[in-house]
Amino acid sequence: MNQNQKRIPMPARYAINAALVVLAFVALNLITGALSSYYTKILMLVGINIILAVSLNVATGYLGQLPLGHAGFMAVGGYAAGIFLKAMPMPNLDKLPEGANAAAAHLQYNFYVVLALLLAGLVAAIFGIIIGVPALRLKGDYLAIITLGFGEIIRVVLLNIDSVLGFDFTFGASGLKRIPKAATVSNVFICVVITCLVIHMVMKSRHGRAILSIRENEIAAESCGIHTTYYKVMAFTLSAFFAGVAGALYATYVGILQPNTFGFMKSIEILVMVVLGGMGSMLGSILSATVLTALPQVLLAFDKWRMVLYSIVLILVMIFKPSGLMGTYDFSMSRLLEKFMNRFGGKKKGEAVKQ
Amino acid sequence: MSDYELTYNDYDSREKILPERDKAYTPVMEAIGLSIEFGGLPAVDDFNLTVGRTEICGLIGPNGAGKTTVFNLLTKVYQPTRGKILIDGRDTKGMSTIQVNRAGVARTFQNIRLFKNLSVIDNVLIGMHNHTHYNMLTSTLRLPKYWKAEKAAREKALELLSIFGMQDQADAEAGSLPYGAQRRLEIVRALATGPKLLLLDEPAAGMNPSETTELMENIHKIRDTFQIAIMLIEHDMSLVMGICEGIAVLNYGKIIAKGTPEEIRRNPVVIEAYLGKKRGEKQDAEGQ
Amino acid sequence: MSLFSTIVSQLVNGLQSGSIYALVALGYSMVYGIILLLNFAHGDIIMVGAYAAWMCMVNFHLHPVVSILIAILTSTLLGVVIEKVAYTPLRSAPRLSLLITAIGVSFLLENGFQLIFGAGAKDMSSAMTAVTGGPSISFGGTTLSFPAMLTIIVSILSMAVLTFLVQKTKLGKAMRAVSEDMGAAQLMGISVNATVSFTFAVGSALAGIGAILYLCAYPQANPTMGSMLGLKAFVAAVLGGIGSIPGAMIGGFVIGMAEALVSAVGLSVWKDGVVFAILIVVLLVKPTGILGRNITEKV
Repeated sequence: MNQNQKRIPMPARYAINAALVVLAFVALNLITGALSSYYTKILMLVGINIILAVSLNVATGYLGQLPLGHAGFMAVGGYAAGIFLKAMPMPNLDKLPEGANAAAAHLQYNFYVVLALLLAGLVAAIFGIIIGVPALRLKGDYLAIITLGFGEIIRVVLLNIDSVLGFDFTFGASGLKRIPKAATVSNVFICVVITCLVIHMVMKSRHGRAILSIRENEIAAESCGIHTTYYKVMAFTLSAFFAGVAGALYATYVGILQPNTFGFMKSIEILVMVVLGGMGSMLGSILSATVLTALPQVLLAFDKWRMVLYSIVLILVMIFKPSGLMGTYDFSMSRLLEKFMNRFGGKKKGEAVKQ
Repeated sequence: MSDYELTYNDYDSREKILPERDKAYTPVMEAIGLSIEFGGLPAVDDFNLTVGRTEICGLIGPNGAGKTTVFNLLTKVYQPTRGKILIDGRDTKGMSTIQVNRAGVARTFQNIRLFKNLSVIDNVLIGMHNHTHYNMLTSTLRLPKYWKAEKAAREKALELLSIFGMQDQADAEAGSLPYGAQRRLEIVRALATGPKLLLLDEPAAGMNPSETTELMENIHKIRDTFQIAIMLIEHDMSLVMGICEGIAVLNYGKIIAKGTPEEIRRNPVVIEAYLGKKRGEKQDAEGQ
Repeated sequence: MSLFSTIVSQLVNGLQSGSIYALVALGYSMVYGIILLLNFAHGDIIMVGAYAAWMCMVNFHLHPVVSILIAILTSTLLGVVIEKVAYTPLRSAPRLSLLITAIGVSFLLENGFQLIFGAGAKDMSSAMTAVTGGPSISFGGTTLSFPAMLTIIVSILSMAVLTFLVQKTKLGKAMRAVSEDMGAAQLMGISVNATVSFTFAVGSALAGIGAILYLCAYPQANPTMGSMLGLKAFVAAVLGGIGSIPGAMIGGFVIGMAEALVSAVGLSVWKDGVVFAILIVVLLVKPTGILGRNITEKV
């Protein structure tokens, strides 16, 4: 590395990124006001899919395993949140009773929503541990198969559990209906930011490096004293947690859950996003989740062709660029700024320091 | 935890440590009657060896003699069929590779196993995993402890890299390094785990003579600085004879000779089983 | 109906579906054995075979035997084409890429057929009577239907032929050699490409036969019929030890029997769950399946 290059110090980097996030949030809120409900729905779906892709990327791109049951975690989270919200005394924000305190009602409503999201994540994470501990003893193809098996079992259980319990819990094939539609563009956006931030923070730490080392060479990782089983389960659980959150957002976005939504096909759809973007690149996952969600929605005529095109693109990418479109490249705003600073004279920015 | 009491840069100010000093201590590694069978065939049979606390020990023998298997036993990649291994006087029975590493055994691999897509410094930082102390919450919230520990780890990693003058390549991708540099990086990574015993599996393979000479000096330097024992498998006899204080010769999974380089050089059994045979093979190859 | 005859008829059901699973599982197993690929598209080859049969019988009114032959041929060709177009370019790529490609091919076939033929099922119950309308055997109050007999006999015959092919012929020897060590086999003068293609052809032909036998039991074709059938056959292959031919047969029958038993006790909605539960238990107890070989990485 060139010793004379200027670097942006850490606090400034965080400040720049925080400012960008706030800016994006404000911009998004301004846009949402002007958009039709159709486009806000697409925006929310994009956000949910970003969370799904970014979280699967932890297990696929960073840990280097191929779980095929991501939709199962999403389902678990969605149902947990749905059942919880239906059980809670949610105030009806559109028709508040006379003299009710609107602010308090909003607070109560949002409190339950936050609780539901956390609960969804936690329940999914617990499933992640339950499934991860046995599944991660296996490698490669076998891991793919066993997670596929678990995912299918989750679906079958959600379909038929009511007949065993003897009361309505998941409402089987007819679906869990009338879940409060609490998802808005802003809370989906906040969840996306938190997801990306937490995953980024974890990956840029000793824990994240341990996860990467397992992907790179498991035997060498063990010889470095890294508890591979622990970190595999950790990455898997992290991945499941955010899939659960995405499931909860999805539940509060559509308002109705049906087990067959979360089949093997859904898992593959998420996988396509990750693979296409480049396994191991968060930016790649975000971009491909955005494009693959928004494009077919915007071009409605295209919808019929969507899945066919998905698969052709998947095959072509694997044949011609197996590492995905972005490879493992990750975007860094600060790095970009540094490049500019170093190119166009260093004296302009006062905070630039020599390292 | 004072994981690295001595630092590499102290080297010149220290007097050289001689293996004789080991006599006052218990050996760092003792293998007693170590044996392993694969499908009924003994790969290593009744392997007995003691390595002193700051000894450089060579393990030589013809191809397929079971040298790497010994390393795999010492690092618990394989569990021995019979016999035991004491590290620092502690029985490693039932330990995993990870636990043995924490007990103080680090290794490099014959077929290089770097974290190829990660940067050079990340490779070293992964080696330092168990010496970097902060939990998930600390790192996720980026508490001061995280910054402090990361900064210290980074500095330490750069210092370790400076052993081989690789600190300037810290941000390069490990897989993009030339072959010799990759071997050196593996040694640094192993050192980063803070071992008491460092196992080097053919460290000079693929290196040119000047690189090998440099490597020899560095192995010495590492031993003296960190006061650790080093055990190495090597086919380059000039290297083995040049730096090892003790040598064990393995043939068909059995130790056929142990001693100083001079004793090994003169041992007729070794000459017949190892050197003689090797020369014979060479002539055969030339004859064809 | 007596308890005995209920049990017997469920056993026959289990054998019938089990032998279809076994045939399909063989395809998974052979391909895995030779290029270490879980061919996710294998189930969809069955679907294509079924559509081919439907086209021939219902649209073109061809003779059933001709239709069946065309259907098997279509499956065989499709298998080889998929291998050449999608898998050969990736032979040296990481295994994960190959697996994802296979998933992509599977997706493409399912959605492509849905686009062309629509999502609805193509009924061919009247056309299939020409195949299934044979005499049935009765004994002790139980009837052994003609399709069941046909399925079991055809599967056993196919497996016998396959075993002979793999164990006794030169091509079989080449297949075994390539699956053992591709590089060494090439050095011995075996054409790896031809052998791999041949393996795909045989596996896909078995899938084609499986498609016809499946149609005997459920005479309709739809774009996603291959996915569950394939998934379960795949479970069967893994269960028996993927890469092992007798293992695939055992796995197929185990899955078929387990499904029949679960249905017999009135829990048919849990059928799929039970199949995957068996898979998980077996993988955890013996990660390489019942007859699988252990492969350890050399350090």
